Amino acid sequence: MTNYILRKFKNQLFFILCAACVVIAVIPLISILYEVVSRGAPQLSINFLTQKDADGGIGPAIQGTLILIGLTSVIGIPVGLLSGVYLAEFGNNKYAASIRTVNDVLTEFPSIVVGITAFGLVVLGIIGSYSPLAGAVALSFILIPIVARTTEESLKLVPNSVREAALALGAHKWRTTLSVVLPAAKGGLVTGTLLAIARIAGETAPLIMTVLGNSYFFQGFSSPMDALPLRIWRDSLQPYANLQAQGWGAALVLILIVLSLNIAVRVASRGRLRR
Amino acid sequence: MTTLKMSNKDKETTVNSEQAQPDGKMQSIALNAWFGSKQALKDIDLTVKANAVTAIIGPSGCGKSTFIRCLNRMHELVPNARMSGQVLLDAKNIYSNETDPVQIRRRVGMVFQKPNPFPTMSIFDNVAAGLKLTGTKKGQNLDEIVKKSLQQATLWDEVKDELKKPGTSISGGQQQRLCIARAIALQPEVILMDEPCSALDPIATARIEKLIVQLKNDYTVVIVTHNMQQAARVSDFTAFMYLGQLVEFGSTTNVFENPRSELTEKYITGEFG
Amino acid sequence: MTKKLTGDNLFRILAASIAASAVFILIVTAYTLTTGSSLVLQRFGTSFLFGSNWNPVEGREAFGALPYVLGTLVTSGIALLIGVPLSLGIAIFLVEMAPKFLRVPVGYLVELLAAVPSVIYGLWGLFVFRYWILNYVETPLSNYLGWMPVFSGTPFGLDIFTAGIILAIMIIPTVASISKEVITAVPNSIREGAYSIGATKWEVIRHWVLNYGRSGIFGAVILGLGRAIGETMAVSMLIGNATGPAAIPTSLFRPGQTMASLIANGYLEATGPLEKSAYVGVGLILLLVSLLINVAAQLMVTRVLKVKGGAVEQ
Repeated sequence: MTNYILRKFKNQLFFILCAACVVIAVIPLISILYEVVSRGAPQLSINFLTQKDADGGIGPAIQGTLILIGLTSVIGIPVGLLSGVYLAEFGNNKYAASIRTVNDVLTEFPSIVVGITAFGLVVLGIIGSYSPLAGAVALSFILIPIVARTTEESLKLVPNSVREAALALGAHKWRTTLSVVLPAAKGGLVTGTLLAIARIAGETAPLIMTVLGNSYFFQGFSSPMDALPLRIWRDSLQPYANLQAQGWGAALVLILIVLSLNIAVRVASRGRLRR
Repeated sequence: MTTLKMSNKDKETTVNSEQAQPDGKMQSIALNAWFGSKQALKDIDLTVKANAVTAIIGPSGCGKSTFIRCLNRMHELVPNARMSGQVLLDAKNIYSNETDPVQIRRRVGMVFQKPNPFPTMSIFDNVAAGLKLTGTKKGQNLDEIVKKSLQQATLWDEVKDELKKPGTSISGGQQQRLCIARAIALQPEVILMDEPCSALDPIATARIEKLIVQLKNDYTVVIVTHNMQQAARVSDFTAFMYLGQLVEFGSTTNVFENPRSELTEKYITGEFG
Repeated sequence: MTKKLTGDNLFRILAASIAASAVFILIVTAYTLTTGSSLVLQRFGTSFLFGSNWNPVEGREAFGALPYVLGTLVTSGIALLIGVPLSLGIAIFLVEMAPKFLRVPVGYLVELLAAVPSVIYGLWGLFVFRYWILNYVETPLSNYLGWMPVFSGTPFGLDIFTAGIILAIMIIPTVASISKEVITAVPNSIREGAYSIGATKWEVIRHWVLNYGRSGIFGAVILGLGRAIGETMAVSMLIGNATGPAAIPTSLFRPGQTMASLIANGYLEATGPLEKSAYVGVGLILLLVSLLINVAAQLMVTRVLKVKGGAVEQ
C-alpha cells in the first residue's frame, strides 16, 4: 500500500515540476516585456522617433530598419515565392528534392556567417563599400529559404480538385497556378511571409559588417546605414546611462514591430483555421 | 467473394453493336492506359455518338474514370501515367503531336465527382472563370454568358440575386450545377461527367439527372456512374466495363433488357459490383 | 512529344531557375568562406584549429580557434543541460497534463520566446538578468563551492555561465515545440496499454511515452544544439569577450568567447588581411560544425515525424 502512496506522490510531484518548468520559461518573457516597456516607454517621444542621433533621436535607426525591410522584401519575397511555387507545383523530381534539402540547410546557417558572405559578395565585391544593399542581401539570404518553404507548404494545402477544375476548363498550368492556386493559398502565403519579415527585422549579426551603422539618416546605397538592432547593440555597450536608456527605447520600438507582426499573423491564422 | 472469370465468349470481341458509326463525336481506338506499371485500360474501342448521353458503368476499379480522363487528356497529368492508342474528336486524333491538350480541354469539358467551385471566387466569377482563365473573354458580354450558362444549368433562378456570394456558400447540389454552368460557359462540344451525383442527396441528384437529359440537345454527354438505375434513366447508350476492358456497348435499352454478355447480365442483376 | 516553347514551359523553367537561388546562396557562402580563410589556413594549417593564441601584432602573428570552439561547446552544453529538461517539462505539460483551455495560450507564450530578437535578449541580459544570476546563483556558488576549479574566480555576471543560461532560454521554444510534436505522435494505444496495467500518469510518460519518442526527442535536442551553436548577439553581449588563451573555458565564472561572438565582437576592429582571414576562418569552422549537427538532427527528426525538422519552428 505504501508503494502506491509513494507512486501517487511521485505523480503529483512530477506534475508540479512540469508546471514549474512552464513558469520558469515564461518568467524571462514577462521580465523582458516588462523591462523593455518600463525602461523604454519614457524615451518615446516624437523627437526620439524622428530626430537623428545628435539631436537625441533614433530616427536613422527606425528609417534604416524600414529601408532594410523594404529592400529585403523586394529582393527576397519574389524569389522565395517563386521557389516555393516551383517546389509545390513542379516539384516531383530529383532537382526539386535537392533544392528542398539545400533550403533546409540554409535555414540553419548561423546568421553571422551570412553576414560574412554578404560582406564578401557586396561590400568587398559588387558595391565596394558598406551599403544598405549589402544588408538587404544578407537578410534576403535568411528570408528566401524560409519563404520558399512556407510557400511550398501553403500551396500543398490547396486541394488538387481546385487545380483539376481549372485545368479541365482548358487553362494553362501557369494560368492555373497564378489565378487559382495562389489566391487559394493567400492566407498561408501572407502569414508565412510576415513571420519571415518579423524574423529578419530583429536580426543584428548580418548587419554588423554590411550596413555597419550610422548616426545620420540614409545617405545613399554606398554608405553605411543604421538599423534598430544595431542601435540597440551599440547603445547597450555605452557607458553613459542616457545612451543606454535610448537603447531601451529602441528595443521597445523593435519589439513593438516584431510582436505586432507575430500577433497579426496569429489572429489572421486563427480566423482561417476556425473556418 | 467469387472472382468472376470472363468466359472465352466474353473476351472474343467487345460486344458492340454500334461500332464505327460515321456520326460518332468521339471515338477511342485501341486505347490503353497505365499508371506506372499497372494497366488500367486494355484496348478500348468505343464510339460516342453526338448529341446523346453515353453512360459508362461497371464495378469500382474497372477503369471508367480513367477512360473518360483520357477523353480530355487529364489522365496524363498524373505522374507516371501513360497511354497508347488514339482518341478521335471529330475524326481527328487528340493525342497527335501537333495537338495542344489545353485546346482539347476547352472543347471537351468535365464535371467532377465532388463539386469543386473555385473557393476564392464568387458565383459569377466561377461561371466566368473558364472564359477568363482561357483568355477567350475578349469582346464577349460576360453578364450575358453567365446568365445563359446558369439558366442552362437550371441554377439561375436560385442564385440570380446572389451572384456576388462565394461559390462555396451554396449547397452541394447547387455547387455541382454551378460547376456544370462553369463548364457550359465555354461552350464545349462534349461534356464529361465523372460520377457527378455520387456526393449529392437524392433530390439534388434528380435535378441533375433532369438537367443531363436536357443538355444532350446542345452537347454530347459522357457520364460515368456506379448507379445502374441512373444510367438507365438518363442515357441513350451504355458501355459496361470490367477490369479495364470494354465488355459490352450498345443502346441503353438493349444493354439493360437484352445484354449479350453473361458478365453484363450478372452485373446488371446485381450479382457483383 | 516534342517540347514546345509554350507559356507553361517558360513558366516552369523560370520557376526552376529562381528556385536555384538556394544553391546559389550555398555556393556563394562556401566560396566566400573558403577564399576568405585561405590566407590564415595556408599560414597556420591545423594549428589554426588547435592553437589558442590570438595575436594580430605584426611579426608575432598567431591565430588559433581552439578557445572559441571550446567556448561554443561549453556554452551550448550548459544550454542543453538546463534547457532540455525545461523544454521536456513544458512539452509534457502541454501535451499530457494541461487542461484544454490552457494549451493554446501557454503554447503561444512559449512560442513568443522565439519571437524576441537576440539583441534584446542581450540587452535584457546585460542590465537585468545578469544581476539575477550574479546575486542569486553565482555569488552563493562562488562562496560555497569556489574551491572547485569550475566555480573559481570572482564572478561579475558576464561570463560563460550567464551566456549558457541565456542560450538555454533561447533554445526552449525549438526543443519544446519539436518535443511536443514527438510526444503527440506517440500512439494512444501505447498509453492505453500502460494505463490498463495500473501505471500512474508519470510512469506512463516516463517509461512508455518518452521511451517511444526517444529518438525524436534526441533529434529535437540536437536541433536545439544547432541553434545554440549559431546564436550570436545575446552571447556576445553576455560572455565577457575574452580572447586568446584567456578565452579557454576553465571556469564557469570567467569570461569566455564563442566562435560566433568572437566574430561579432572583433571583426570590425580587425587590422590587416591575415587577421581578417582569421575571423573568416573561425566562421568557416562555425559553419561546418553547425552543418554537421543540423544534418544529424534533420535525419533523426524526419525519421520519427516524417516532417522536415525546421518546418515546426513556427
